[in-house]
Amino acid sequence: MTLRALFQPHRIVMMVLFAIFVIWCAMSLRWDWIPQYAPLALEGLWRTIWILIVTCILGFLLAIPLGLAQAIGPWYLAAPARVFCTVIRGTPLLLQIWLLYYGLGSLFPQIPWIRGSDLWPYLRQAWPYAVLALTLSYAGYEGEVMRGAFSCVNKGQLEAANSFGMPRFTVFRRIWLPQAIRNVLPTLGGETILQLKATPLVATITVVEIYAVSSRVRSDMLIVYEPLLLLALFYLIIAGIITLLFRKFEKAVPTR
Amino acid sequence: MELLSLSPPGWGGNLLRGLVNSLQIALGAFGLGLVIGLFGAYGKLYGGVVIRDLLGIYTTVIRAVPELVLILILYYVGTDLINQASEAMGYGRVEISGVVAGIWVLGVVQGAYSTEVLRGAIQAVPKGQIEAARAYGMPAFLVMRRVTIPAMMSFAVPGLANLWLIATKDTALLAIVGFSELTLETKQAAASTRAYFTFFLAAGALYLIVTLLSGVVFARIEKWARRGQPSLRAGQSR
Repeated sequence: MTLRALFQPHRIVMMVLFAIFVIWCAMSLRWDWIPQYAPLALEGLWRTIWILIVTCILGFLLAIPLGLAQAIGPWYLAAPARVFCTVIRGTPLLLQIWLLYYGLGSLFPQIPWIRGSDLWPYLRQAWPYAVLALTLSYAGYEGEVMRGAFSCVNKGQLEAANSFGMPRFTVFRRIWLPQAIRNVLPTLGGETILQLKATPLVATITVVEIYAVSSRVRSDMLIVYEPLLLLALFYLIIAGIITLLFRKFEKAVPTR
Repeated sequence: MELLSLSPPGWGGNLLRGLVNSLQIALGAFGLGLVIGLFGAYGKLYGGVVIRDLLGIYTTVIRAVPELVLILILYYVGTDLINQASEAMGYGRVEISGVVAGIWVLGVVQGAYSTEVLRGAIQAVPKGQIEAARAYGMPAFLVMRRVTIPAMMSFAVPGLANLWLIATKDTALLAIVGFSELTLETKQAAASTRAYFTFFLAAGALYLIVTLLSGVVFARIEKWARRGQPSLRAGQSR
Protein backbone atom coordinates (compact mmCIF):
# COMPACT_ATOMS: atom_id res chain seq x y z
CA MET A 1 0.00 0.00 0.00
CA THR A 2 1.39 3.36 -0.96
CA LEU A 3 1.47 6.33 1.35
CA ARG A 4 -1.06 8.12 -0.82
CA ALA A 5 -3.59 5.30 -0.49
CA LEU A 6 -3.12 5.37 3.27
CA PHE A 7 -4.03 9.03 3.56
CA GLN A 8 -7.42 9.10 1.90
CA PRO A 9 -9.85 11.26 3.92
CA HIS A 10 -11.92 8.40 5.32
CA ARG A 11 -8.82 6.49 6.40
CA ILE A 12 -7.51 9.55 8.23
CA VAL A 13 -10.84 9.83 10.06
CA MET A 14 -10.67 6.13 10.97
CA MET A 15 -7.11 6.49 12.21
CA VAL A 16 -8.11 9.46 14.36
CA LEU A 17 -11.02 7.45 15.79
CA PHE A 18 -8.68 4.54 16.48
CA ALA A 19 -6.19 6.88 18.18
CA ILE A 20 -9.01 8.25 20.35
CA PHE A 21 -9.96 4.67 21.25
CA VAL A 22 -6.35 3.85 22.19
CA ILE A 23 -6.06 7.01 24.30
CA TRP A 24 -9.38 6.21 25.98
CA CYS A 25 -8.08 2.69 26.74
CA ALA A 26 -4.86 4.11 28.15
CA MET A 27 -6.64 6.68 30.32
CA SER A 28 -9.67 4.88 31.69
CA LEU A 29 -8.58 1.25 31.97
CA ARG A 30 -6.18 -0.07 34.57
CA TRP A 31 -2.63 -0.63 33.42
CA ASP A 32 -0.77 -0.32 36.74
CA TRP A 33 -0.24 -4.10 36.88
CA ILE A 34 2.07 -4.11 33.87
CA PRO A 35 5.42 -3.46 35.63
CA GLN A 36 4.66 -6.18 38.17
CA TYR A 37 3.84 -8.81 35.55
CA ALA A 38 6.21 -7.75 32.77
CA PRO A 39 8.94 -10.33 33.54
CA LEU A 40 6.39 -13.13 33.69
CA ALA A 41 4.75 -11.92 30.48
CA LEU A 42 8.09 -11.83 28.67
CA GLU A 43 8.81 -15.36 29.85
CA GLY A 44 5.37 -16.45 28.63
CA LEU A 45 5.87 -14.75 25.29
CA TRP A 46 9.20 -16.46 24.85
CA ARG A 47 7.62 -19.81 25.69
CA THR A 48 4.84 -19.28 23.15
CA ILE A 49 7.34 -18.48 20.40
CA TRP A 50 9.59 -21.35 21.41
CA ILE A 51 6.72 -23.86 21.34
CA LEU A 52 5.56 -22.47 18.00
CA ILE A 53 8.98 -22.79 16.35
CA VAL A 54 9.81 -26.23 17.75
CA THR A 55 6.44 -27.78 16.93
CA CYS A 56 6.38 -26.30 13.44
CA ILE A 57 9.84 -27.64 12.59
CA LEU A 58 9.27 -31.08 14.13
CA GLY A 59 5.78 -31.29 12.66
CA PHE A 60 7.03 -30.39 9.22
CA LEU A 61 9.79 -33.01 9.38
CA LEU A 62 7.11 -35.56 10.26
CA ALA A 63 4.83 -34.27 7.50
CA ILE A 64 7.35 -35.01 4.74
CA PRO A 65 7.23 -38.81 5.18
CA LEU A 66 3.46 -38.62 5.76
CA GLY A 67 2.99 -36.75 2.50
CA LEU A 68 5.37 -39.02 0.61
CA ALA A 69 3.66 -42.13 1.91
CA GLN A 70 0.28 -40.85 0.75
CA ALA A 71 1.54 -39.61 -2.60
CA ILE A 72 3.65 -42.52 -3.82
CA GLY A 73 3.87 -45.02 -0.96
CA PRO A 74 2.64 -48.61 -1.20
CA TRP A 75 -0.79 -49.21 0.35
CA TYR A 76 0.60 -50.49 3.67
CA LEU A 77 2.29 -47.10 4.20
CA ALA A 78 -0.34 -44.93 2.51
CA ALA A 79 -3.30 -46.28 4.46
CA PRO A 80 -1.91 -45.63 7.98
CA ALA A 81 -0.72 -42.17 6.90
CA ARG A 82 -4.17 -41.33 5.57
CA VAL A 83 -5.86 -42.63 8.72
CA PHE A 84 -3.47 -40.56 10.87
CA CYS A 85 -4.21 -37.38 8.92
CA THR A 86 -7.97 -37.99 9.00
CA VAL A 87 -8.03 -38.65 12.74
CA ILE A 88 -5.89 -35.60 13.54
CA ARG A 89 -7.93 -33.35 11.28
CA GLY A 90 -11.25 -34.79 12.38
CA THR A 91 -10.98 -34.30 16.13
CA PRO A 92 -10.54 -31.08 18.14
CA LEU A 93 -6.98 -30.24 19.14
CA LEU A 94 -8.10 -29.59 22.71
CA LEU A 95 -9.31 -33.19 22.93
CA GLN A 96 -5.98 -34.46 21.58
CA ILE A 97 -4.02 -32.40 24.09
CA TRP A 98 -6.15 -33.62 26.98
CA LEU A 99 -5.98 -37.22 25.73
CA LEU A 100 -2.18 -37.12 25.68
CA TYR A 101 -1.74 -35.20 28.93
CA TYR A 102 -4.34 -36.86 31.12
CA GLY A 103 -4.31 -40.23 29.33
CA LEU A 104 -0.59 -40.83 29.01
CA GLY A 105 0.00 -38.88 32.20
CA SER A 106 -2.14 -41.33 34.15
CA LEU A 107 -0.73 -44.36 32.34
CA PHE A 108 3.01 -43.71 32.69
CA PRO A 109 3.23 -43.78 36.51
CA GLN A 110 1.83 -47.34 36.45
CA ILE A 111 4.69 -48.67 34.34
CA PRO A 112 7.76 -49.28 36.51
CA TRP A 113 10.50 -49.04 33.87
CA ILE A 114 9.27 -45.63 32.74
CA ARG A 115 9.28 -44.40 36.32
CA GLY A 116 12.82 -45.65 36.69
CA SER A 117 14.15 -44.19 33.45
CA ASP A 118 16.17 -41.00 33.08
CA LEU A 119 13.31 -39.39 31.14
CA TRP A 120 10.93 -39.54 34.08
CA PRO A 121 11.70 -36.02 35.46
CA TYR A 122 10.69 -34.61 32.07
CA LEU A 123 7.62 -36.80 31.67
CA ARG A 124 6.26 -35.48 34.95
CA GLN A 125 6.15 -31.96 33.50
CA ALA A 126 3.45 -30.70 31.17
CA TRP A 127 5.46 -29.26 28.28
CA PRO A 128 6.54 -32.56 26.64
CA TYR A 129 2.87 -33.45 26.19
CA ALA A 130 2.10 -29.98 24.84
CA VAL A 131 4.95 -30.19 22.33
CA LEU A 132 3.96 -33.72 21.32
CA ALA A 133 0.29 -32.85 20.79
CA LEU A 134 1.02 -29.69 18.80
CA THR A 135 3.67 -31.47 16.72
CA LEU A 136 1.31 -34.31 15.82
CA SER A 137 -1.44 -31.84 14.97
CA TYR A 138 0.81 -29.77 12.69
CA ALA A 139 2.10 -32.97 11.07
CA GLY A 140 -1.45 -34.16 10.42
CA TYR A 141 -2.50 -30.98 8.65
CA GLU A 142 0.80 -30.57 6.80
CA GLY A 143 0.88 -34.23 5.75
CA GLU A 144 -2.23 -33.56 3.72
CA VAL A 145 -0.71 -30.39 2.24
CA MET A 146 2.56 -32.14 1.36
CA ARG A 147 0.68 -34.99 -0.32
CA GLY A 148 -0.75 -32.52 -2.76
CA ALA A 149 2.57 -30.73 -3.10
CA PHE A 150 4.53 -33.91 -3.90
CA SER A 151 2.06 -35.09 -6.51
CA CYS A 152 1.94 -31.65 -8.17
CA VAL A 153 5.65 -31.45 -8.98
CA ASN A 154 6.22 -31.59 -12.73
CA LYS A 155 6.94 -35.16 -13.82
CA GLY A 156 9.35 -33.98 -16.52
CA GLN A 157 11.69 -32.50 -13.92
CA LEU A 158 11.94 -35.82 -12.09
CA GLU A 159 12.48 -37.68 -15.34
CA ALA A 160 15.21 -35.22 -16.33
CA ALA A 161 16.92 -35.73 -12.98
CA ASN A 162 16.63 -39.50 -13.38
CA SER A 163 18.11 -39.40 -16.85
CA PHE A 164 21.12 -37.53 -15.47
CA GLY A 165 21.70 -40.65 -13.43
CA MET A 166 21.04 -39.02 -10.07
CA PRO A 167 20.47 -41.49 -7.25
CA ARG A 168 16.90 -41.51 -5.97
CA PHE A 169 17.69 -39.73 -2.74
CA THR A 170 19.55 -36.96 -4.53
CA VAL A 171 16.58 -36.47 -6.85
CA PHE A 172 14.40 -36.17 -3.80
CA ARG A 173 16.72 -33.77 -1.98
CA ARG A 174 17.66 -31.55 -4.92
CA ILE A 175 14.57 -31.52 -7.15
CA TRP A 176 11.46 -32.99 -5.63
CA LEU A 177 11.44 -31.61 -2.09
CA PRO A 178 12.52 -28.03 -2.95
CA GLN A 179 9.90 -27.75 -5.68
CA ALA A 180 7.18 -29.19 -3.47
CA ILE A 181 8.00 -26.78 -0.64
CA ARG A 182 8.16 -23.85 -3.04
CA ASN A 183 4.66 -24.61 -4.31
CA VAL A 184 3.09 -24.72 -0.86
CA LEU A 185 4.95 -21.83 0.81
CA PRO A 186 1.82 -19.61 0.94
CA THR A 187 -0.21 -22.48 2.43
CA LEU A 188 2.54 -23.16 4.96
CA GLY A 189 2.41 -19.51 6.05
CA GLY A 190 -1.30 -19.78 6.70
CA GLU A 191 -0.88 -23.06 8.55
CA THR A 192 1.85 -21.57 10.73
CA ILE A 193 -0.53 -18.79 11.77
CA LEU A 194 -3.14 -21.46 12.56
CA GLN A 195 -0.51 -23.17 14.68
CA LEU A 196 0.17 -19.89 16.49
CA LYS A 197 -3.54 -19.65 17.23
CA ALA A 198 -3.46 -23.19 18.62
CA THR A 199 -0.71 -22.49 21.15
CA PRO A 200 -2.96 -20.95 23.86
CA LEU A 201 -4.68 -24.34 24.20
CA VAL A 202 -1.63 -25.73 26.00
CA ALA A 203 -2.37 -23.30 28.83
CA THR A 204 -5.14 -25.73 29.82
CA ILE A 205 -2.53 -28.32 30.78
CA THR A 206 -0.60 -25.88 32.97
CA VAL A 207 2.06 -24.78 30.50
CA VAL A 208 2.72 -21.14 31.39
CA GLU A 209 2.77 -19.32 28.06
CA ILE A 210 1.50 -15.84 27.28
CA TYR A 211 -2.17 -16.78 27.41
CA ALA A 212 -1.75 -18.41 30.82
CA VAL A 213 -0.03 -15.24 32.06
CA SER A 214 -3.00 -13.15 30.95
CA SER A 215 -5.43 -15.50 32.70
CA ARG A 216 -3.38 -15.15 35.84
CA VAL A 217 -3.46 -11.35 35.64
CA ARG A 218 -7.22 -11.49 35.14
CA SER A 219 -7.81 -13.59 38.21
CA ASP A 220 -5.21 -11.78 40.38
CA MET A 221 -6.28 -8.23 39.56
CA LEU A 222 -10.01 -8.90 39.03
CA ILE A 223 -9.97 -7.12 35.67
CA VAL A 224 -11.36 -8.48 32.42
CA TYR A 225 -10.58 -6.52 29.29
CA GLU A 226 -7.09 -5.07 29.76
CA PRO A 227 -5.02 -8.29 29.64
CA LEU A 228 -7.19 -9.73 26.88
CA LEU A 229 -6.78 -6.65 24.67
CA LEU A 230 -3.03 -6.65 25.23
CA LEU A 231 -2.94 -10.38 24.51
CA ALA A 232 -4.85 -9.94 21.25
CA LEU A 233 -2.36 -7.21 20.29
CA PHE A 234 0.57 -9.56 20.97
CA TYR A 235 -0.94 -12.26 18.78
CA LEU A 236 -1.65 -9.75 16.01
CA ILE A 237 2.00 -8.67 16.08
CA ILE A 238 3.32 -12.25 15.99
CA ALA A 239 0.94 -13.14 13.14
CA GLY A 240 2.16 -10.06 11.28
CA ILE A 241 5.78 -11.10 11.76
CA ILE A 242 5.02 -14.62 10.47
CA THR A 243 3.30 -13.15 7.40
CA LEU A 244 6.31 -10.91 6.70
CA LEU A 245 8.76 -13.79 7.17
CA PHE A 246 6.91 -16.02 4.74
CA ARG A 247 6.60 -13.19 2.24
CA LYS A 248 10.38 -12.86 2.46
CA PHE A 249 10.81 -16.62 1.89
CA GLU A 250 8.50 -16.45 -1.10
CA LYS A 251 10.46 -13.55 -2.55
CA ALA A 252 13.76 -15.37 -2.01
CA VAL A 253 12.51 -18.19 -4.22
CA PRO A 254 12.99 -17.36 -7.91
CA THR A 255 9.79 -17.69 -9.91
CA ARG A 256 9.26 -17.80 -13.61
CA MET B 1 -16.95 -50.69 28.56
CA GLU B 2 -19.81 -50.46 31.07
CA LEU B 3 -18.54 -46.97 31.83
CA LEU B 4 -19.89 -45.90 28.45
CA SER B 5 -23.39 -47.33 28.92
CA LEU B 6 -26.25 -44.88 28.57
CA SER B 7 -27.94 -45.43 31.94
CA PRO B 8 -26.65 -43.58 35.06
CA PRO B 9 -23.78 -45.80 36.27
CA GLY B 10 -22.29 -45.26 32.81
CA TRP B 11 -21.47 -41.85 31.37
CA GLY B 12 -22.60 -42.47 27.80
CA GLY B 13 -25.74 -40.37 28.30
CA ASN B 14 -23.69 -37.38 29.41
CA LEU B 15 -21.41 -37.72 26.40
CA LEU B 16 -24.34 -37.84 24.01
CA ARG B 17 -25.94 -34.83 25.71
CA GLY B 18 -22.65 -33.01 25.24
CA LEU B 19 -22.57 -34.02 21.59
CA VAL B 20 -26.08 -32.66 21.05
CA ASN B 21 -25.05 -29.37 22.70
CA SER B 22 -21.95 -29.20 20.53
CA LEU B 23 -23.88 -29.83 17.33
CA GLN B 24 -26.54 -27.30 18.28
CA ILE B 25 -23.91 -24.60 18.78
CA ALA B 26 -21.99 -25.60 15.66
CA LEU B 27 -25.16 -25.40 13.55
CA GLY B 28 -26.19 -22.06 15.02
CA ALA B 29 -22.71 -20.57 14.69
CA PHE B 30 -22.36 -21.84 11.13
CA GLY B 31 -25.74 -20.30 10.23
CA LEU B 32 -24.95 -16.97 11.88
CA GLY B 33 -21.54 -17.05 10.20
CA LEU B 34 -23.19 -17.58 6.80
CA VAL B 35 -25.49 -14.60 7.31
CA ILE B 36 -22.59 -12.36 8.41
CA GLY B 37 -20.48 -13.77 5.60
CA LEU B 38 -23.07 -13.03 2.92
CA PHE B 39 -23.46 -9.42 4.05
CA GLY B 40 -19.70 -9.13 4.53
CA ALA B 41 -18.94 -10.48 1.07
CA TYR B 42 -21.42 -8.13 -0.56
CA GLY B 43 -20.07 -5.25 1.51
CA LYS B 44 -16.51 -6.04 0.52
CA LEU B 45 -17.38 -6.32 -3.16
CA TYR B 46 -19.96 -3.59 -3.67
CA GLY B 47 -19.77 -1.45 -0.51
CA GLY B 48 -18.30 2.02 -0.17
CA VAL B 49 -14.71 2.70 0.86
CA VAL B 50 -15.49 2.96 4.58
CA ILE B 51 -17.46 -0.30 4.70
CA ARG B 52 -14.73 -2.07 2.75
CA ASP B 53 -12.01 -0.86 5.13
CA LEU B 54 -14.04 -1.77 8.20
CA LEU B 55 -14.73 -5.27 6.86
CA GLY B 56 -11.05 -5.62 6.00
CA ILE B 57 -10.12 -4.84 9.61
CA TYR B 58 -12.80 -7.28 10.86
CA THR B 59 -11.60 -10.22 8.76
CA THR B 60 -7.90 -9.54 9.39
CA VAL B 61 -8.17 -9.18 13.14
CA ILE B 62 -10.50 -12.16 13.61
CA ARG B 63 -8.25 -14.39 11.54
CA ALA B 64 -5.04 -13.36 13.28
CA VAL B 65 -6.13 -13.62 16.93
CA PRO B 66 -6.58 -17.07 18.51
CA GLU B 67 -10.19 -18.24 18.74
CA LEU B 68 -9.78 -18.83 22.45
CA VAL B 69 -8.91 -15.17 23.11
CA LEU B 70 -11.71 -13.98 20.83
CA ILE B 71 -14.20 -16.23 22.59
CA LEU B 72 -13.28 -14.71 25.95
CA ILE B 73 -13.38 -11.11 24.66
CA LEU B 74 -16.66 -11.56 22.76
CA TYR B 75 -18.22 -13.45 25.66
CA TYR B 76 -17.49 -10.67 28.16
CA VAL B 77 -18.34 -7.87 25.71
CA GLY B 78 -21.63 -9.57 24.77
CA THR B 79 -22.77 -10.21 28.34
CA ASP B 80 -21.70 -6.70 29.42
CA LEU B 81 -23.61 -5.04 26.59
CA ILE B 82 -26.76 -7.07 27.19
CA ASN B 83 -26.66 -6.44 30.92
CA GLN B 84 -26.15 -2.71 30.44
CA ALA B 85 -29.00 -2.59 27.95
CA SER B 86 -31.37 -4.48 30.22
CA GLU B 87 -30.41 -2.39 33.25
CA ALA B 88 -30.97 0.80 31.26
CA MET B 89 -34.43 -0.44 30.37
CA GLY B 90 -35.07 -1.25 33.98
CA TYR B 91 -34.98 -5.03 33.97
CA GLY B 92 -32.04 -6.13 36.19
CA ARG B 93 -29.22 -8.40 35.16
CA VAL B 94 -30.08 -11.27 32.90
CA GLU B 95 -28.56 -14.73 32.84
CA ILE B 96 -27.41 -15.56 29.32
CA SER B 97 -27.77 -19.17 28.30
CA GLY B 98 -24.60 -20.97 27.29
CA VAL B 99 -26.00 -21.99 23.93
CA VAL B 100 -26.81 -18.43 22.89
CA ALA B 101 -23.45 -17.12 24.08
CA GLY B 102 -21.65 -19.93 22.26
CA ILE B 103 -23.53 -19.29 19.02
CA TRP B 104 -22.82 -15.55 19.26
CA VAL B 105 -19.07 -15.86 19.83
CA LEU B 106 -18.42 -18.68 17.36
CA GLY B 107 -20.78 -17.07 14.82
CA VAL B 108 -18.81 -13.82 14.83
CA VAL B 109 -15.58 -15.79 14.34
CA GLN B 110 -17.09 -17.92 11.57
CA GLY B 111 -18.46 -14.79 9.90
CA ALA B 112 -14.95 -13.53 9.17
CA TYR B 113 -13.93 -16.77 7.48
CA SER B 114 -17.14 -17.16 5.49
CA THR B 115 -16.88 -13.54 4.33
CA GLU B 116 -13.66 -14.50 2.58
CA VAL B 117 -15.01 -17.79 1.23
CA LEU B 118 -18.19 -16.21 -0.16
CA ARG B 119 -16.31 -13.22 -1.56
CA GLY B 120 -14.07 -15.54 -3.53
CA ALA B 121 -17.07 -17.55 -4.72
CA ILE B 122 -19.00 -14.48 -5.86
CA GLN B 123 -15.95 -13.21 -7.71
CA ALA B 124 -15.69 -16.55 -9.50
CA VAL B 125 -19.17 -16.15 -11.03
CA PRO B 126 -18.75 -14.98 -14.65
CA LYS B 127 -19.46 -11.25 -14.76
CA GLY B 128 -21.63 -11.60 -17.85
CA GLN B 129 -24.30 -13.58 -15.98
CA ILE B 130 -24.79 -10.87 -13.38
CA GLU B 131 -24.71 -8.16 -16.03
CA ALA B 132 -27.31 -10.05 -18.09
CA ALA B 133 -29.60 -10.28 -15.06
CA ARG B 134 -29.18 -6.56 -14.45
CA ALA B 135 -29.90 -5.84 -18.11
CA TYR B 136 -33.24 -7.60 -17.70
CA GLY B 137 -34.02 -5.01 -15.05
CA MET B 138 -33.93 -7.40 -12.07
CA PRO B 139 -33.72 -5.63 -8.69
CA ALA B 140 -30.46 -6.26 -6.79
CA PHE B 141 -32.02 -8.69 -4.34
CA LEU B 142 -33.58 -10.75 -7.10
CA VAL B 143 -30.23 -10.92 -8.92
CA MET B 144 -28.67 -12.22 -5.72
CA ARG B 145 -31.40 -14.81 -5.14
CA ARG B 146 -31.82 -16.07 -8.70
CA VAL B 147 -28.39 -15.67 -10.26
CA THR B 148 -25.44 -14.94 -7.95
CA ILE B 149 -26.19 -17.40 -5.16
CA PRO B 150 -27.07 -20.42 -7.33
CA ALA B 151 -24.11 -19.76 -9.62
CA MET B 152 -21.60 -19.32 -6.80
CA MET B 153 -22.77 -22.37 -4.82
CA SER B 154 -20.44 -24.80 -6.55
CA PHE B 155 -17.45 -22.55 -5.80
CA ALA B 156 -18.46 -21.92 -2.22
CA VAL B 157 -19.38 -25.44 -1.06
CA PRO B 158 -15.84 -26.83 -0.56
CA GLY B 159 -14.82 -23.79 1.50
CA LEU B 160 -18.05 -23.88 3.48
CA ALA B 161 -17.57 -27.60 4.18
CA ASN B 162 -14.19 -26.73 5.70
CA LEU B 163 -15.80 -23.99 7.77
CA TRP B 164 -18.44 -26.38 9.08
CA LEU B 165 -15.70 -28.78 10.22
CA ILE B 166 -13.88 -25.89 11.89
CA ALA B 167 -17.15 -24.91 13.60
CA THR B 168 -17.69 -28.40 15.02
CA LYS B 169 -14.14 -28.52 16.32
CA ASP B 170 -14.21 -24.98 17.69
CA THR B 171 -17.13 -25.86 19.94
CA ALA B 172 -14.53 -27.76 21.99
CA LEU B 173 -13.01 -24.39 22.94
CA LEU B 174 -16.21 -23.49 24.79
CA ALA B 175 -15.16 -26.13 27.32
CA ILE B 176 -12.63 -23.60 28.60
CA VAL B 177 -15.31 -21.02 29.40
CA GLY B 178 -17.20 -23.75 31.22
CA PHE B 179 -19.94 -24.63 28.77
CA SER B 180 -20.85 -28.31 29.05
CA GLU B 181 -20.36 -29.52 25.50
CA LEU B 182 -18.82 -32.81 24.47
CA THR B 183 -15.21 -32.12 25.43
CA LEU B 184 -16.01 -30.79 28.90
CA GLU B 185 -18.50 -33.60 29.61
CA THR B 186 -15.79 -36.03 28.57
CA LYS B 187 -13.23 -34.47 30.87
CA GLN B 188 -15.62 -34.55 33.80
CA ALA B 189 -16.53 -38.17 33.13
CA ALA B 190 -12.86 -39.08 32.78
CA ALA B 191 -11.82 -37.22 35.90
CA SER B 192 -14.46 -38.83 38.10
CA THR B 193 -13.83 -42.39 36.88
CA ARG B 194 -10.05 -42.09 36.26
CA ALA B 195 -10.61 -43.87 32.91
CA TYR B 196 -9.03 -41.15 30.81
CA PHE B 197 -8.23 -43.19 27.72
CA THR B 198 -11.70 -44.75 27.46
CA PHE B 199 -13.55 -41.47 27.53
CA PHE B 200 -11.20 -39.35 25.44
CA LEU B 201 -11.04 -42.04 22.76
CA ALA B 202 -14.84 -42.37 22.82
CA ALA B 203 -15.25 -38.61 22.41
CA GLY B 204 -12.66 -38.62 19.64
CA ALA B 205 -14.66 -41.34 17.89
CA LEU B 206 -17.84 -39.25 18.21
CA TYR B 207 -16.13 -36.19 16.69
CA LEU B 208 -14.68 -38.36 13.94
CA ILE B 209 -18.11 -39.80 13.11
CA VAL B 210 -19.51 -36.27 12.85
CA THR B 211 -16.61 -35.27 10.56
CA LEU B 212 -16.94 -38.28 8.29
CA LEU B 213 -20.75 -38.00 8.05
CA SER B 214 -20.43 -34.29 7.23
CA GLY B 215 -17.97 -35.22 4.50
CA VAL B 216 -20.60 -37.49 2.93
CA VAL B 217 -23.34 -34.88 3.25
CA PHE B 218 -21.20 -32.10 1.79
CA ALA B 219 -20.10 -34.31 -1.10
CA ARG B 220 -23.76 -34.77 -1.92
CA ILE B 221 -24.46 -31.02 -1.62
CA GLU B 222 -21.53 -30.28 -3.88
CA LYS B 223 -22.82 -32.74 -6.45
CA TRP B 224 -26.19 -31.03 -6.28
CA ALA B 225 -24.61 -27.58 -6.59
CA ARG B 226 -22.64 -28.71 -9.62
CA ARG B 227 -25.62 -30.23 -11.42
CA GLY B 228 -25.61 -29.30 -15.07
CA GLN B 229 -21.94 -28.33 -15.06
CA PRO B 230 -19.63 -30.27 -17.37
CA SER B 231 -17.47 -32.77 -15.51
CA LEU B 232 -13.76 -32.01 -15.63
CA ARG B 233 -12.63 -35.53 -14.96
CA ALA B 234 -14.25 -37.11 -17.99
CA GLY B 235 -12.41 -34.66 -20.22
CA GLN B 236 -15.59 -33.82 -22.11
CA SER B 237 -15.90 -30.24 -20.96
CA ARG B 238 -18.20 -28.08 -23.04
